[in-house]
Amino acid sequence: MLILRCPYCGVETDETDLQGGGQAHLKREGPGSSDDDFEDYLFMRENPKGVHFERWRHVYGCGKWFLAARCTNTLEVFGTYPAQTLEPPQEIKDKITAKRPGWSWGTFQ
Amino acid sequence: MSTRLASQGRLINKDKAVAFTFNGKHLQGFEGDTLASALLANDQMLIGRSFKYHRPRGVVASGAEEPNGLVNLGKGASFEPNARVTTTELFEGLTATSQNHWPTLEFDVGAINTQLSRFLPAGFYYKMFMYPRSFWKHVYEPIIRKSAGLGKAPKDRDHDTYEHFHTHVDVLVVGGGIAGLAAAKAAGERGARVLLIEQTADWGGRAVVDTPTVDGIPAQEWINNTIQVLENMHNVDMRLRCMGAGVYDHGYTLAYERLTDHAPGDEGPRHRLWCIRAKQIVTATGAIERPLSFAANDLPGVLLASAVRDYAVNFGVSIGDRTVVVTNNDDAYRTAIVLKEAGLDVPVIVDARVQAEGELIDRARALGIRVEMGKGVASVKGGKRVTGVALCAQAGEGAVLEEIDCDCVAMSGGWSPVVHLWSHCGGKLDWDADQVMFRPDPERAPTGADGQAFVITAGVANGHLFTAEAVSDGWAAGRAAAKAAGYTKRGAQAPMGEDAAEGPISPVWLMPQGARHALRAKAWLDFQNDVKVSDVQLAAQEGFESVEHAKRYTTLGMATDQGKLSNINGLAILSQSLNADIPNVGTTTFRPPYTPISMASIAGVARDDLFQPIRMTPVSEWSNNNGADNEPVGQWRRPFAYVRPGESVQTAVNREVKNTRENLGLLDASTLGKLIVKGPDAGKFLDMMYTNMMSTLPVGKCRYGLMCSENGFLSDDGVVVRMAEDTWLCHTTTGGAEHIHAHMEDWLQCEWWDWKVYVANVTEQYAQIAVVGPHARKLLRKLGGMDVSAEALPFMQWREGKIGDFDARVFRISFSGELSYEIAVPAGQGAAFWEALMEAGEEFGIMPYGTETLHILRAEKGFIMIGDETDGTVIPQDLNLQWALSKKKEDYLGKRAHERSHMADPDRWKLVGLATEDGSVLPDGAYAIAEGENANGQRNTQGRVTSTYYSANLERGIAMGLVHKGPERMGEVIEFNKVDGTTVRAKIVDPVFYDKDGEKQNV
Amino acid sequence: MSNAVSALQGKIAPGEVTIREAGLRGMIILRGDLSDKKLRKVCADITGVKMPDRGQANCDGDKGLCWMSPDELLVLVPYPEAAQAVGQLDAALAGQHYLAENVSDARALLIVEGTFCREVIAKLAPVDLHPDAFKPGDFRRTRLGQVAAAFWMRDEDTFEVICFRSVAGYTFDLLAASAKAGAVGHLG
Repeated sequence: MLILRCPYCGVETDETDLQGGGQAHLKREGPGSSDDDFEDYLFMRENPKGVHFERWRHVYGCGKWFLAARCTNTLEVFGTYPAQTLEPPQEIKDKITAKRPGWSWGTFQ
Repeated sequence: MSTRLASQGRLINKDKAVAFTFNGKHLQGFEGDTLASALLANDQMLIGRSFKYHRPRGVVASGAEEPNGLVNLGKGASFEPNARVTTTELFEGLTATSQNHWPTLEFDVGAINTQLSRFLPAGFYYKMFMYPRSFWKHVYEPIIRKSAGLGKAPKDRDHDTYEHFHTHVDVLVVGGGIAGLAAAKAAGERGARVLLIEQTADWGGRAVVDTPTVDGIPAQEWINNTIQVLENMHNVDMRLRCMGAGVYDHGYTLAYERLTDHAPGDEGPRHRLWCIRAKQIVTATGAIERPLSFAANDLPGVLLASAVRDYAVNFGVSIGDRTVVVTNNDDAYRTAIVLKEAGLDVPVIVDARVQAEGELIDRARALGIRVEMGKGVASVKGGKRVTGVALCAQAGEGAVLEEIDCDCVAMSGGWSPVVHLWSHCGGKLDWDADQVMFRPDPERAPTGADGQAFVITAGVANGHLFTAEAVSDGWAAGRAAAKAAGYTKRGAQAPMGEDAAEGPISPVWLMPQGARHALRAKAWLDFQNDVKVSDVQLAAQEGFESVEHAKRYTTLGMATDQGKLSNINGLAILSQSLNADIPNVGTTTFRPPYTPISMASIAGVARDDLFQPIRMTPVSEWSNNNGADNEPVGQWRRPFAYVRPGESVQTAVNREVKNTRENLGLLDASTLGKLIVKGPDAGKFLDMMYTNMMSTLPVGKCRYGLMCSENGFLSDDGVVVRMAEDTWLCHTTTGGAEHIHAHMEDWLQCEWWDWKVYVANVTEQYAQIAVVGPHARKLLRKLGGMDVSAEALPFMQWREGKIGDFDARVFRISFSGELSYEIAVPAGQGAAFWEALMEAGEEFGIMPYGTETLHILRAEKGFIMIGDETDGTVIPQDLNLQWALSKKKEDYLGKRAHERSHMADPDRWKLVGLATEDGSVLPDGAYAIAEGENANGQRNTQGRVTSTYYSANLERGIAMGLVHKGPERMGEVIEFNKVDGTTVRAKIVDPVFYDKDGEKQNV
Repeated sequence: MSNAVSALQGKIAPGEVTIREAGLRGMIILRGDLSDKKLRKVCADITGVKMPDRGQANCDGDKGLCWMSPDELLVLVPYPEAAQAVGQLDAALAGQHYLAENVSDARALLIVEGTFCREVIAKLAPVDLHPDAFKPGDFRRTRLGQVAAAFWMRDEDTFEVICFRSVAGYTFDLLAASAKAGAVGHLG
C-alpha cells in the first residue's frame, strides 16, 4: 500500500485516503478534433514498466487532485506536485533523470 | 512413550497444574505448556490424520512450522478449527478435538486411502475426475469436498471482539530472539521509535535452549538484562504473542497480536491487527529446521531434532525413552547430548556425512553415544507410532544393515532461514551452497517510496546460524535501521556471543540417496498436504518443470505450510529430477500471512452494526418507527414502502401509489445530492458540465439538466436552481452527490483551473421533503408562511421563506406529474418539519410513500431514472432527450463524443413504453427476441426492459425499454423472454402512460 | 428555526475514554483566498482566533478556524450565531470570489475524552498519532473506519471529531467500540 505526500496538505497519506485517477497530463480534445485525436484522448494510455505520471485525489483529506511521478516497477516515488500544470516541474524531471537516466514518457524526457 | 521428565522445563510452572481435554479425555498439563507439550506429556502421540491419505500423524515441530498438529479448539461461540497445537498456549478448561477422521482418531475409515496411495498420485484429482464433465458438479466435487478439508467451519456466532490499530514507527523489529533483542536495543539507544514483536509468549527464541553465552554471561541472563533495558526505553514498545504477518509496499506491515487466546474470558479484544508503517523493518525471524526425506518419516514419533530438544528443555517432556538421531549436520548432536544428559537413551546417532569432526560430535562420543557415519535411515518401523528404524548406507539403495528399536526419531536436514517477510515485498534470495540454504541477498532488498531498501534481515534469518554471529548481526541491523531512519546517535558496543564450533553440513535430499521407488513413495516432503518425494518426481516427469507449476500440481507447500518445512526439500528433489542446480530452479513465491491469521482480525470492528456505515436522514428514525421497509441505495437506507400492520409490501405500494395521485403523499428526498456552485465563471462551468444551457437560467427558476461523461454516456441528472446571480444549486441523484462533486472538482482543478468557481457539497445540510398530490398546496397553506399559490410560485420556480415556523426553500418541481413541492429545511429541523406535515396533512389523507411509489409514479409519466434507463452505455439520444442537448453551445462534456459514428448510428436501441397484451408485469431486464441466432448460437435480441412495474392507478403492468428503432415502431408487438422459458407479448407504446398532457402538475 | 436538534442529541458512552456528541455547533465552509486581508480580518472578527497555518486548527471554546485545504477554512461558531456569521462574511467579502455556506446541520461533532484517546482514534485512522507527531493544534482530515472525518485535539486528553450528519451514529458507535475495547498501551 503506497504512501504519497499530498503537496497541498504536506502530509504523507496512506493510499486508503487517496483515490487514483489514471494517467496524468492528458490533453483534452473537444468538438472540432479529429476522430483519431479524440479516440487517443479517450482511450489510449501509457502503460510503462518504469517511470509513470499519475493523477491522485486526496479524497479523504483536502479533496485536491495532485500528480505523482512514480516507478510502476519498483514503486519508487520521484515526487508529487499540484495538478495545475501542463507538464511535470523541472525539479521532478531532474530527480527522475538522476535515478532513471534516459527515461522518457509521452513527450517528456 | 512420551512423558514428563523430572528435571528441565524452563517455561513451565510445575506448581500450577492446568486441566484440559482432548477428544473428551481429561488431561493435565502445567502453566506455561503449549497444547503440544501438554499432549506429549500425556503420551498423546497421535494427534490427527493427514489431509489426503488419512495417515496417522503426530507433532513434528515445536513452533509455527508445525504441519500436523491442527485441532478444533473450543466449542460453540468460541469454536475455532485448525488451531496449531504448538502455538496454542494451554489454559484451564481448554477443549480440543482432532480433525480429519471418521469415525475416530484411532480408527479412521479414510485411512484406506493410504492403501490406495499407489492410485492416488500427484494430480490424481485432475486426471481422474475430468469425465464425464457433468459428473464434476454433481458427483465428484460433493464427495471430494466431504472427504477432504481439515477443520470444520464454526457454526455459532463468534462472541469475541477484534480490532485494528494503526501506528507509525521508525524501526519495526520482527522476532524477539537474541538477534531481534540486540537490534531493538541498538535502534532504541539511538532514539528511534521502535516496535519489537515476537510471535511466541517468550523472549529469547531458541538461543536459550542451546545455552550459548553472550557478553560472557549465559544467554538467558543476557536476554533478561536486555529486556529490562528495553522496557525502560520510552521509545521502545515490546509485544509478545504478536506475529509479523506480512510486509507490503512502502513499509506497510501487518502484525497479528493474540491478546486473549491464552486467557479466554479476559477483558478486551481477542486479536488485534496492527497496521504498521515502518521506515525500516528488521526481520530477525530465525530459521526452521528441515526434515529428512526417508521412508515413513511421517510416523508419530518422528520429529525435528530441534523440536525434541525444545520439548525436553522448555517443557520437560521426553518424546521417547530411546531416541535415534538422524542428521547431516552437527547441530542435531545437541539433541542427543540434551537427551543423554537428561538420563534418556540415545542408541545411535545416524550421520549421513561420510566424515565429520567437531566439538559437539566429540561431546556426544564422550557421553558414550554410538555414532554411525555415512549411514542413513532406510525406513521407520511402526504403525501408529515409531517402534524402530532400519539403518542402511546413505550411499546405497536402502539395503537394511541393522534394525534398532526406538520410540522416537529426531531428524535434522539442516536449517532454512525464515525469509518469508523479506520476500513478501520483493526481497531476493541467494543460494548459499556451503550452508545449504537460501539466504536474503542484501543487495536486492525490498525498496520503498524513496527507492532505498527498507528491510534489513538479521541474525539466523540472515544466514548467521551461530550465536556469536547472530547476536552481533542483530545489533548491526538495528544500528543500520536506526541510521536509515535518521538516527545517528552513538550507542553501546555490539554484544559478543560464543557457542560451540560446528563443522560443515552436507546436503542430503533423499535418504538413502538411491532409495527405491517403494521407499520414495513413503518419504514425505510435505506432511500437511501429503506430498511425497515420488509425487514431485512424477510432476517433473510429466512436464511440470517450473517450480510454481510443480507446486500447484502436487500441492507442495500450499495451505498453512507456505514453504516452511517442505519448500527446500521439495525443490531440491525437483532440481535433481530436472538435473538442474537448486538456484536455477528457484523458490516458489512466499505469500503473506506468515502463519494464518483470523478472518475476524481482518474485519476488526467492522461487523454487525459496524459492518458498513448506514447513512441516516433526519427522517430515517421516524420512518423506521412507522413501518418503513428499507432498501439500500448506496449507503443510505431508503424506505421502499411504509407497510402498515397486516399489509404486504405490494399492498402498501399500491395504496401509496393511489393515494399520492388522489390525495397527498410525502416523500423523504433528503438523500438527493445538493451542490452549491458559485463564482463569476459558474455559469460557464455549468454549461460545460450539463448538456443543456444553465448560464441563461434566470434567478428564481429551476431547470432539469443532464450530465454526460466525456465519452458521451449519460451519468447523472437533476434539477438545477439559480439561487443568485453568481450561485447555482445543482441537485444530483441519491447516489451521485459525492461522485458528481468529485467530478466537478476534477474539471475545475485539473482542466479549467483558471476559472473562478467554488463548489460545496451541502447535501446533508438540508432535509428535503416532497409534498406531492392534489392537496399539496392546501397542506402548505394550512401550515402558513410564504405564498405558494400558482401565481406566486409557478411550476419550475423556487422561493425562500417560512413554511409554518420552519426556514424553508421551496422548489416547485415534480418527478411524479402531480402538483408537487420539494421543501428543503435545515437538517436539524427535518424531523420536526416532517412530523408537522404529517400532523397537518391528516385531514387531506396524507400518507408517506417510499421509493417504489416514487419509481412507479415517474414511470407512469415516462420519466427516466439514472441507473434504470441508463447503464453507462446509454446516451441522451437513446432516451429521446435530444431537447436537452444544447445546439447553441460550442462545447460541453460529451458533445464531441456524440459525433462519433457509433453514437450517431440510427440503429441504436431507443426508449419506448411497453404494454403487455395481457396486462402482466414484464420481467425486469428481459430481452426482446428477434429472428435468427448470433455467431455464438444465441437468440438474436432487439431490445430490453429497463423499468417495469405494476401500476395501481392504471391497474396493469407498465414498462419502459430500449428497443431497436423503437420510436419508429409504435404499435408493433414484440416478444420478451421470461425466465421460465416462455415469452410474453408487449406492444410498443408512448412511454407516457398517465396524464399525457401534464395537466395535473400544472395547477 | 424551531426545534433544531443535533444528529445524536447529546448521546454519550461513558468510560475511561468517554465518547459524547457535543450537540449543535455552528460550522461554515469558507472558500476563498486565505491570504486575503479582508478575509483574514473578518475571520478574526467572527472567531477571535488567529488564522491557522497549513494543517492546523486554532480553536477557543466553541469558536475556531480550521485549515481544510489551501482555499478552504472551516469556521466554528456557536450554533445560533452561524447564520449571522455567514452574513458577516458575505458583507465583508462582497465583490470578491468566495463561497460561504452554513453547514452546521450537515455535520456532527463528537468528543473523545480520556487517557487513551489517541489510541481510540489510532484504531480507526491511518494517521501517526504519536505525541511527537500529532499535537494539540494539529488538524487532520482522514477517515475513521469507512467514513470521512476530521479531528483535532482540544488538549492532551481530548479529541474533537467532525463527521457528516448521516453517519454520526456509525462514527459514534465506532468510537465507542474502540474506547470500550480498552487501551493498547502503545502511544505513550
